[in-house]
Formats: sequence, structure tokens, C-alpha cells
Amino acid sequence: MERDEVVIKAGKSALHYWREVWRQRELFWILGKRDVMVRYKQTVLGVAWGVIRPLMTAMVMVFAFGKIAKLEQDSSIPYMLVVIPGVIIWLFFSQSLSQISNSIVGNGNLVSKVYFPRIIIPFSSLLVGLLDAMIAFAMFFVFCIYYQFIPSWHIIFAPIFLFLAYLGAFGAGLFASVLNVKYRDIAQIIPFVVQFGYFISPVAYSSERVRNEWWYPIYNLNPVAGTIDGLRWCLLGDFADFNWQSFIPMLIFVAISVLFSIWFFRKNENSFVDHL
Amino acid sequence: MKAISIENISKKYILSHKKKKYQNLKESMSGFFSELFTSKDEEETKEVFWALKNVSFDIEQGDRIGIVGSNGAGKSTLLKILSRITEPTSGQVKVNGRMASLLEVGTGFHPELTGRENIFLNGAILGMKQHEIRSQFDEIVSFAGIEKFLDTPVKRYSSGMYVRLGFAIAAHLEPEILIVDEVLAVGDSEFQKKCLGKMKDVSSSGRTILFVSHNATAIQGLCNKAAFLQKGHLIKYGEVGEVLHDYMTSISKFQLQQNWETPEEAPGTDQVRIKNIEVVPEFINGSKNIDVRTPLKVNIEFWNMLESAHLNLSMFLYNMTGECVFNVGSQAKTFSKGLIKGMLEIPGNFLNDGSYYISVMIVKDTADPIFFMEDAISFDVADWREGTNWYGKWPGAVRPINIPVQTWKIDGLI
Repeated sequence: MERDEVVIKAGKSALHYWREVWRQRELFWILGKRDVMVRYKQTVLGVAWGVIRPLMTAMVMVFAFGKIAKLEQDSSIPYMLVVIPGVIIWLFFSQSLSQISNSIVGNGNLVSKVYFPRIIIPFSSLLVGLLDAMIAFAMFFVFCIYYQFIPSWHIIFAPIFLFLAYLGAFGAGLFASVLNVKYRDIAQIIPFVVQFGYFISPVAYSSERVRNEWWYPIYNLNPVAGTIDGLRWCLLGDFADFNWQSFIPMLIFVAISVLFSIWFFRKNENSFVDHL
Repeated sequence: MKAISIENISKKYILSHKKKKYQNLKESMSGFFSELFTSKDEEETKEVFWALKNVSFDIEQGDRIGIVGSNGAGKSTLLKILSRITEPTSGQVKVNGRMASLLEVGTGFHPELTGRENIFLNGAILGMKQHEIRSQFDEIVSFAGIEKFLDTPVKRYSSGMYVRLGFAIAAHLEPEILIVDEVLAVGDSEFQKKCLGKMKDVSSSGRTILFVSHNATAIQGLCNKAAFLQKGHLIKYGEVGEVLHDYMTSISKFQLQQNWETPEEAPGTDQVRIKNIEVVPEFINGSKNIDVRTPLKVNIEFWNMLESAHLNLSMFLYNMTGECVFNVGSQAKTFSKGLIKGMLEIPGNFLNDGSYYISVMIVKDTADPIFFMEDAISFDVADWREGTNWYGKWPGAVRPINIPVQTWKIDGLI
């Protein structure tokens, strides 16, 4: 058994914080597993919803952007295959963002009654989104078979971009989760961001369409743009080039936002309970 | 070795009082817009509230500490700081050893998950490793008595089952320091018995326990030391009996004596007036407060203003709920004018624990009550028991020990 002396003091969280996080890693799995198990309880279709959501989203986008806006005319591969990587990232990002930003308030009963490194709570929100992303990937392969399309070998890099998308959501969501404890306005803003976010990200269209616009560098400040471009490159290979223009800003955003948010979170985590 | 050392802990809260502002829709609309553009500070008054102020004490390893105090004394704040849920405003605490806190039973239970799933979830939240839970799983289930409902979502559980399961998991934690908030306030007496028994086991295994409860009997039975908090200050810390005595005295709203100097100001009629009434405990074994063992004398003195009266004294003892426990009377005697003294002796080991009131009636000619003094005096009887592991409320209006119950063996066969 551990024989550490723990010092509880104002403005100072535990000395061996990360070691403690590591010790409690089982809790990360348990909380994540709880979210997954609870997700489809008392639904008739159950896990099928994991397929229906990305499928419907992708079909609506193919219809609206591909057919009505006629973007599919410029595409050398079936438009569905262009849309799916965008949908995978977007659903994963937006879902993680909403879950993480609400995680502290949503688990208020835990926060006010038991101690453990609080960062485990937002971090464990990864699992639910990841499971859905896996299902959406499976859907992509089904469409590949249907269209007789062979994904590029770049696909081995796909997990990296999923992880980057998660880190982007983690950075932004963690910051929001801290603010949300004190200012519940955040709970109003996030759904709003999620709602219009996919218009300003290359979800239903390829970023090649906007690449020559003067505002393209501003557009790329959105980390989702970089991860979607990246995942398209992974899955579609020769039909989507690797876009450094969006990759670099995304990496910078992820690095800065994650480090800043963790610092901000740690600074505030000991006083969460006073505001819940 | 010190398990916990608490050094000058203070905790401040800022309370903001918002004025009640809008009465109708029009006012609230205009108020909303003006608030958008003005600073809100004008509307609020802030008040600083110290939930804890400069509390320091040390807890040795193996100590079983009871924390007592009335509502708002800072007990829960102290536990929250010790269990690291909130941080102190100033001061520091050093904790040595693996600590688990139980501020609520069933923390983090998810209503949609089954009992089985919640055991693992709750155990992990309380800091148990999965293999530890797995090895204790059967014991937890049988302690909670929910074998049949293991795969039912806990939202379908009765509240009793829910609490039992929560406590069963917590009871199988094996920390070196256990912090328990009034979890025993919930559940039926059967369950409370089980909880206290389990805590007794834990404490006898040499672990450090911090226990907050309103149940002084339980604290007396479980703890060797106690800390008494009042309005955020530590009033007393030390041996459990002494601290409990101070605590009981401070919360007692009872007076053991009422005295009047002259007949003019004394209660009564123009026939009789009360001079003095008091309860005198005869403390035994160095005890300092009235408990179930303590014999009591009730003395009463009254002025008789009648020349020659045939009087007797009738005393009524009521318990907290207003039921009359007994009514006893003296022999009627003829008294001339003057001061008359009466005395009632209540033997030790007779009353149950609780609060009692005494009413006095002076009767003339054995039939005519000439003065009735209601609730003349009141006193508290504290609980005390030995040779039992049970600390629940002892039932009954009285608790006499001279009505023995005996058992003996009459046959060797089973």
C-alpha cells in the first residue's frame, strides 16, 4: 500500500498529480464504460443508433451538397466516400466536445462527494465517441465494398487523426467544462457551436473548394478542418492530397489549447465543488 | 504516528444576497436590459462566512475520532477538506496513509445500470481496484442481501436496497483512514445496527476512523476521542466522554433548577407559592452528565399561606412526546403556615434515555388541586450501555434493570 504523505493546502493540488491519475486509470475505463453502457439503455434499436446517426447524416449531406449544390460533379469518386471521413471526424469531435464541456457539471454528484483527480472525468468521455467512430469506420468499409473502392495504404495513419480530433475537442471542451461550473451559459453556447460548426468545416465538401479564397488562413484556425483534411488523405489516398496549410495550424491549436486547458483546469479543480 | 495533522484550517465562503427585484414582466424585461449594460455589483450585497476558523488538531494512527457539533458547526466542511473534495482557504492538512471517505452511500450509482455493474462502478469511484472488488464481490452481495436483484437496474430498487448496496460496497473498502459522514442517518434500525457493527469491526482492526454523527450513543460506543465544533471553531478535542459532556451541556436547553427569592415574585396562587424546584443528580463512577444509570432527586420547596391545610404533593413525569411516564403522590398531611419541602427520588437504571419534564400539583384535602405548575423543570437523560455492540435507540418509556430476563439450558438435544 502507498505510504505517501498527502498535503492538503490552499491553491495547491497534489504533488504527484499525474502519478495519481495513472494509479486511478481503472476509473477512466469504468467511467468511460459507464457512459457507453448507459448510452443505449432502454432503446429499441440499441447500438444500431451508432450506425443510423452517421448514415443519416452522411446521406443528408450527399443529398444537400452533392445533389442540390451539385458538388458531386467535380468529384472523381462517389460523393458518399468524400463525405464519410468528414462525418466521422465531425461527429466524433462535436460529440466529444459536448460531452467534455458538460462532464464536470454532469458528474456533479461525484465531484461533490468523492475525491479523485478530476481530469479523469472529461478524459473518460473519449470512449463513447470512439466507439461511435469505430462504427462509422465500419460503415465506410461497407460503402467501399459497395462502390468497389480500395482505400489507400495511408489508412494506417487514421488513428492519429482521430486522436488529434479528440485532442482538439479535449482542449476546447476542457476549458469550457471549467467555465461551465461557474457560468452555465456555456451549456447554452456549446450546442449552438455544434449546430453551425459543420458549415465552417469541410465536412460535406472538400477543402479544395475554398483553398483559393483570401480568408482560407482564417478558416484553417478551426482545428476540425485540419483533421478532416487529414482523415480524407488517409482514407481516399490519391483523391485527396495532404494539406499542410490546414495541418500546421491544427497542430498548433491542439498543442496550445490542450496545455492551456490542463493548466486552467488544474488551477480551478479544487474549487469546483464550491460552485456546483 | 500521526495519521492526520490539521494545522490552522480555515474555510471561507462568500454569500451574495440578491435583492428581490422584479415584480412583473415589464419590470423584469427592462431590468434585464439595464443589467446587461451595468455592473451587477450594485445589486448584490456580499457577506463573508467562515465555515471553519483556525481549526487545528492531530489524529494519531488507530484513533477513532467522533466529530460533534450542531448544524452549521462546520463538521461537513471539515470532512470535505479532509477528503480533498474542497480546498481550505488557509492552513494545511497532512495525511499519512490511504484514505477513503464515505460522505454518502451509493455515490455515483447510475440508475440505469444493474446492481452488478454499479458495484464495480461505485467501487472504482471509491478507490478500489477491480481485482479487489472481484474478490469481495460475493461478500458485498450477501451483506447487502440483494442476490435476487443483481441484474436489475438500480432504479427499480427500493430505497432500502439502494442504501444497503451502497453501504455494503463502502464497508468492504480497506483504507487505513476511513472518513464517514452521517450515513447512518438513513436506513431502518436493522440496517443501522449492521452498519455500526461493521464500523466496530473496522475500528477494532486498528484503522483510523473519523466519524460525524448526531447519534451521541454511537460516538460514545465507537470512538475513543472526539472533537466538538461550534460555529467553525474547535471548542474541545480530547477524550470522548469529556467532549460529549461539553457538547451535551451546550445543546441542552434545560435548566436543572428554578428558584424564587420572595413569595411576591414566585409562581402560585394566594394559597401556595413555589420557592424552589430542582433536579439533583447523584453522579456515579465520575460521570459528569445525567445518563440512564444516574439516580435523581427532585427537590421542591413551597410557601404555604394557609393556616391549617391538609396537603399532598403530586408529581407528573412526562417524556418528550408529552406522554405521562408516571404520576406519584405524597401522603396527605396537615401543615401550618410556612415553608414546606418535598422530595421525589427517581432511582438510577430506571428511566430510558431522552428528555423529561416534571409537572407539580399541590392538592388540598386529597381532591382539590389548588396549584398546578406545568413543565416546572426539565432534564435530559443520556444513553449509556455496556456489553453490547448495538447502539440504536433503546425502545420503551422506561428502561428498568430490576426486571430481569433469564435464560438457561434445559436440554442437550438439537
